[in-house]
Amino acid sequence: MLATIRRSLGRGPLPPDQAAMLLGRLARHPRGLIPARSRLPRPEQIALFVRNVEKEYGTVERLADLAAVPGAVADYLARQNLPTDLVVGPHPELLALPWSERPLLRLHTGRAEATDVVGVQQAFAAVAETGTLMLPSAPVRPTTLNLLVETEIILLRASRIVGAYEEAWDLLRAAQQDGETARFMPRNVMLVTGPSRSADIEQTLELGAHGPRRLHIVLIEDDAAPSGET
Amino acid sequence: MLPTSPAFKKNASAALADAGLQRALERTKPHFQHRRAAAVAALPEFEELREIGREIKNHTLENLDFYLEIWAENVAKTGGEVHWCATAADAREAVLGICRGVGAKTVTKGKSMISEEIGINDFLEANGITPVETDLGEYIIQLGHEPPSHIIAPAFHLNREDWEARFRTAHKDLPADRVFHERRDILSEARGELRERFLAADVGITGANFLIAETGSSVIVTNEGNGDLTQTLPKVHIVLASIEKMLPTLEDASVLLRLLARSATGQDFSVYTTFSTGPRRPGDLDGPEQYHVVLLDNGRSAMLGTGFQDMLRCIRCSACMNHCPVFGVVGGHAYGWVYPGPMGAVLTPALIGVDKAGHLPNASTFCGRCESVCPMKIPLPGMMRYWREREFERHLGPPFVRRNLALWAWLARRPGIYRLATRTAALALGLAGRRRGRFHRLPLASGWTAGRDLPAPEGETFFSRYRRQGRSGR
Repeated sequence: MLATIRRSLGRGPLPPDQAAMLLGRLARHPRGLIPARSRLPRPEQIALFVRNVEKEYGTVERLADLAAVPGAVADYLARQNLPTDLVVGPHPELLALPWSERPLLRLHTGRAEATDVVGVQQAFAAVAETGTLMLPSAPVRPTTLNLLVETEIILLRASRIVGAYEEAWDLLRAAQQDGETARFMPRNVMLVTGPSRSADIEQTLELGAHGPRRLHIVLIEDDAAPSGET
Repeated sequence: MLPTSPAFKKNASAALADAGLQRALERTKPHFQHRRAAAVAALPEFEELREIGREIKNHTLENLDFYLEIWAENVAKTGGEVHWCATAADAREAVLGICRGVGAKTVTKGKSMISEEIGINDFLEANGITPVETDLGEYIIQLGHEPPSHIIAPAFHLNREDWEARFRTAHKDLPADRVFHERRDILSEARGELRERFLAADVGITGANFLIAETGSSVIVTNEGNGDLTQTLPKVHIVLASIEKMLPTLEDASVLLRLLARSATGQDFSVYTTFSTGPRRPGDLDGPEQYHVVLLDNGRSAMLGTGFQDMLRCIRCSACMNHCPVFGVVGGHAYGWVYPGPMGAVLTPALIGVDKAGHLPNASTFCGRCESVCPMKIPLPGMMRYWREREFERHLGPPFVRRNLALWAWLARRPGIYRLATRTAALALGLAGRRRGRFHRLPLASGWTAGRDLPAPEGETFFSRYRRQGRSGR
């Protein structure tokens, strides 16, 4: 197949200097154009994220600190009239929450199974540009938690919100770099923007196709950089 | 899938007479056009992104062999396997081999146009493996044993009553007297039925919107989450991808993703954009144990270095068909193969032969809207014209058309006779149509007047008016 491609392009394999140039481009992975809409002072960037999540039918609750999370989750479930059995992702940040203060919540940790209705997942990062969560798979962040539950609750730190997709890729590269080109990439990276939906029936939008019907983000206000930094 | 493209004219007539289809087209067209326009208007950089996107794709295609090699190395490094398939038959065998290797009985499928192109469903079924489409639109058309009518809205041609009827026939286990009050009830029933299929499947097959050389990843873009369930739950994930899906880096993908959803559904971003890289890693609690990419050429490498190389930039957003006046009245099935609309009119002859698909590039008014909305700036009308020329050179058109084209060419090369003929025709038609201003019926032009009236000319040709009013004439 490679030979056919080269024949069509009217050349042999790339000469070493050109190949080196392309390898250089891969190593530098230059950014294209990043839309101006997300280049905002910090608080406005976070507000843009929240606005975009809500535009895409997600919900956001802002909390001052992690200790308030179990209470907020319990109240959310009560408001929505949802069951209090939770599958919680095995991320240290989630396991460290004071769940026992809300004894009505019945927790188990791990991946989600088909019988789980409500799940809690930790977000690696988020992108203000379109209100998108970045959920890379890891032993502590199973993919099934993003898919099998009807209601997905996401724990997100405001300090992890960036403007554009490219900035989120940089966070991922920095977090998992181990020297080899392809290796920083987790098995699965889901960029999630709002709850599951379909418009296949008469081009009319309905929420809750195969994935979660509700996406609720608990946003921790830990952002220590209130400067005009972009 | 056996092409019915040679019967395009018959297909198109049937489509025009199909009241249900016409209702669906009336509903769908404005939906796609308005939403795209709004999304594009909300992003001031959209035009600049189109330019950058085009350059990224051109760069990748010029170096496709290099990037495919790097990508394949990275797939192997992360524990995946690439199956290089020159033809559709090779790809079918590769998929079957993987399925047999794990003793698969059922296969769930995310939406994939390559899967339609290689006809994998019929092939698996013939070999005792049950394929289940899980995209809602693909599921309903699988129940009706018909091909998709649109590349991103495969069931747009169906109306609500069609959904209800097919669900009643297919889901015999549910109470026969159940009522579908709202569309939501249809959706919930599908969710319940398919959830069991997701959990039972041995293999999950998805397509790929992009392949990333830098990381060895495949990317899918969905709104339902069906593609993610398909690739996460079974033991084996098979990606069906064609060679031109390649992109160098995650940054390059970010540029194209900004264009894709806006051009397609008018969303800023799809709900799920998922990058898959190899099988389950040590310590992972979920994910497939095997990751395969069935990489298909099927005639694409032969398009490189030709006038059709630009077509390989296509990212399958469907903007061209959503804005096409011809697609807008005949729908997708009339085109007779996998890819309808303007992009299909260019791609289909390249993949199955202009002898079979010659009608498609002729089914265009050359109005140019497709090119103007294409996020990859593919010169679609230019390439359709190129196909028409090839068809004429190879004497493939019907004798009647060829004779008339030859007559036209003769006339157009003789300005004196041309002006006389057009003056006579304009005068005659102008006189005959003076009273009503339009022709309801016209001899020799029933093909036009059967569907609409022909406006009567004013009786004067452009040349005579030009001569009378001069260059400054209004």
